[in-house]
Amino acid sequence: MSKKGFSKKVALLVLAVFMLAIVAGCGGDKASDKASDGDNKVGDTIKVGINCELSGAVASYGDNARNGALIAIEEINKAGGVLGKQLEPLVRDNQSKTDEAMNVSAALVDEGMVAQIGPLTSGAVAGSTPVMMENQIPLIAPAATANNVTVDEKADKVRDYIFRMCYRDSDQGQRMADFAIDTLKVKNAAIFGSTSDDYAKGLAKYFQEEFESKGGTIVAVEGFMNGDKEFRGPLTKIRGKNPEFIYVPGYYTEVSVLIKQARDLGLSVPIGGGDGWDSPDMVKVAGAEALNNTYFTNHYSVEDPDPAIQSFVEAYQAKHKKAPDSFAALGYDSVKLLADAITRADSADPVKIKEALEKTQDFTGITGKMSIDEQHNPVKNIVVIEYKDGKLVSR
Amino acid sequence: MLEFMQQLVNGLSLGAIYALIALGYTMVYGIIMLINFAHGDIMMVGAYVGFFSISILGSNIVVAMIFAMVSCALLGVVIEKVAYKPLRNSTRIAALITAIGVSLFLEYITLYFLTAQQRVYPDSAFPLHKYEVLGLVISNKDIFIIVSAVILMIILQYIIKRTKTGKAMRAVSLDREAAMLMGISVDRIVSVTFAIGSALAAAAGVMIGLYYNAINPLMGIIPGLKAFVAAVLGGIGLIPGAMVGGFLMGVLETLVSGYGSSMYRDAVAFGVLILILLIKPTGLFGKNTGEKV
Repeated sequence: MSKKGFSKKVALLVLAVFMLAIVAGCGGDKASDKASDGDNKVGDTIKVGINCELSGAVASYGDNARNGALIAIEEINKAGGVLGKQLEPLVRDNQSKTDEAMNVSAALVDEGMVAQIGPLTSGAVAGSTPVMMENQIPLIAPAATANNVTVDEKADKVRDYIFRMCYRDSDQGQRMADFAIDTLKVKNAAIFGSTSDDYAKGLAKYFQEEFESKGGTIVAVEGFMNGDKEFRGPLTKIRGKNPEFIYVPGYYTEVSVLIKQARDLGLSVPIGGGDGWDSPDMVKVAGAEALNNTYFTNHYSVEDPDPAIQSFVEAYQAKHKKAPDSFAALGYDSVKLLADAITRADSADPVKIKEALEKTQDFTGITGKMSIDEQHNPVKNIVVIEYKDGKLVSR
Repeated sequence: MLEFMQQLVNGLSLGAIYALIALGYTMVYGIIMLINFAHGDIMMVGAYVGFFSISILGSNIVVAMIFAMVSCALLGVVIEKVAYKPLRNSTRIAALITAIGVSLFLEYITLYFLTAQQRVYPDSAFPLHKYEVLGLVISNKDIFIIVSAVILMIILQYIIKRTKTGKAMRAVSLDREAAMLMGISVDRIVSVTFAIGSALAAAAGVMIGLYYNAINPLMGIIPGLKAFVAAVLGGIGLIPGAMVGGFLMGVLETLVSGYGSSMYRDAVAFGVLILILLIKPTGLFGKNTGEKV
């Protein structure tokens, strides 16, 4: 191939990517019209970037987190805003794609955001991270649970501008292992988790470590890919090993089908998982009966009688005609924490906000009371939720 | 032994779905030498048509399946007329790339209009019953899928072997120009082929929806690729080859994940494709004609 022909192709490719970016941009809000001023200190509003998965594989996470975040912003603005200024949400869709999350962040930086809420998954946050670090703008990840989101594990360095609102995979995996051994009193377990992403692999790893260190035995480790729909081969194999518990870290899209197939094959033992299970689709796909005797670690419970939680649940239900899931709650808390940090910093300067975020002590959100530790993780409680006849019951 | 039998049942119902999709690939290839990469996505459209006819029109599963098959047959014919017919005399690579284009078009048009949210087949459409025979768990869904796949294959065999249209299809497949000289309308035969192939894919789509409950706009990609491997395994262009290839793939995949490791399942499936192409490119049932790919 001649050099000239090659560069022409590259040019075409770049053009195609551009067109895609333009088309994707059209899905956003009217706020993009204001992109030109690009100054985040002089404006009469404080711009908050909301970089969410509004379409693509995990659209339900992004949708709900955005809804939660917008309710928080509405509440804050109604109460007079922050430092006398209104918060202005800039909502953008990253299509559940890592590279798109990065593009969205870059566009939001140009539009003058002071901080970003989202993306939701650890992979997409990793995509967004370089842009945020380079421009020194804090990012609060509502639900990215991979340990390396806030810490560069290779360089053993905290990522200065990245914070999170949820606990880590290690905490979650350990909590479920403790729950299985201490509460369910099981002695051996099988692990059958997604191998397509760091999140599920992390959960599996920390579950196994904790389970074994407490004297339990792991009898089988199997894996599946995101997008799979056929799990009966490995499930039949697991059935042959007679585990007392099966740990299934992954997302609801696969887990729901998996649990149904497990129950169909006569595997009636308790099944556990992580916050990736949290979606109304679980009950729709797997059915209420198959979900009995399944447990997952989560960020909060809708059933919690705490008045702050109940008023949020009411506001959300009135607006969206459904109960808020954890993503909605975490999105809500992320905005509240950001507003709290801006107030404490007494400035909407991104660097000062970051410093205030680092100093967070005993912030009370609806997902619990938390402090931010030196690795930018919140220190808080983990709830275990049980499915009982299609209803969520906290344990 | 019990576990092996269970894996076999699992593999056969998966294989039935692959076989149905593989049939469409193979028929189209047999007639116009085109690997129709949009085939998996036609299956996806079939799954959606089935879903909407159950959830909106409230039809039962058999009606939904027939409805999906008819609409996808039409879709297949339209796709052929619009996208492939103008290219019938151009290079094969042009038609192949067009097929990939059609595939992406179907995926993203569905994504655009129906969003990426997965849809859930209503459970009431086909309530699950499980039967335990000597510790072997077989559900009515397994039986429904295997039986209806076999019935569809028998009907297909009948059409091809016993009807005039089938005879014409075989003639076109053997030698298009000679068939034309004999007064066979090649255009009509190609349309019929696409209609039948797409209808089979739609049936497979409804089965997948029924079996795994959840459907989404990108669900056609992986089963489409696996069915393509199945078609090549049996010998692309050969109808019995596609059936056997489909069942073999299903069983092989299940056994690999049951006795080897579930992580290697896809690697084995595509490894089979490479092996077949290296050792016996005409497939298990293929004869060496010296002219094929």
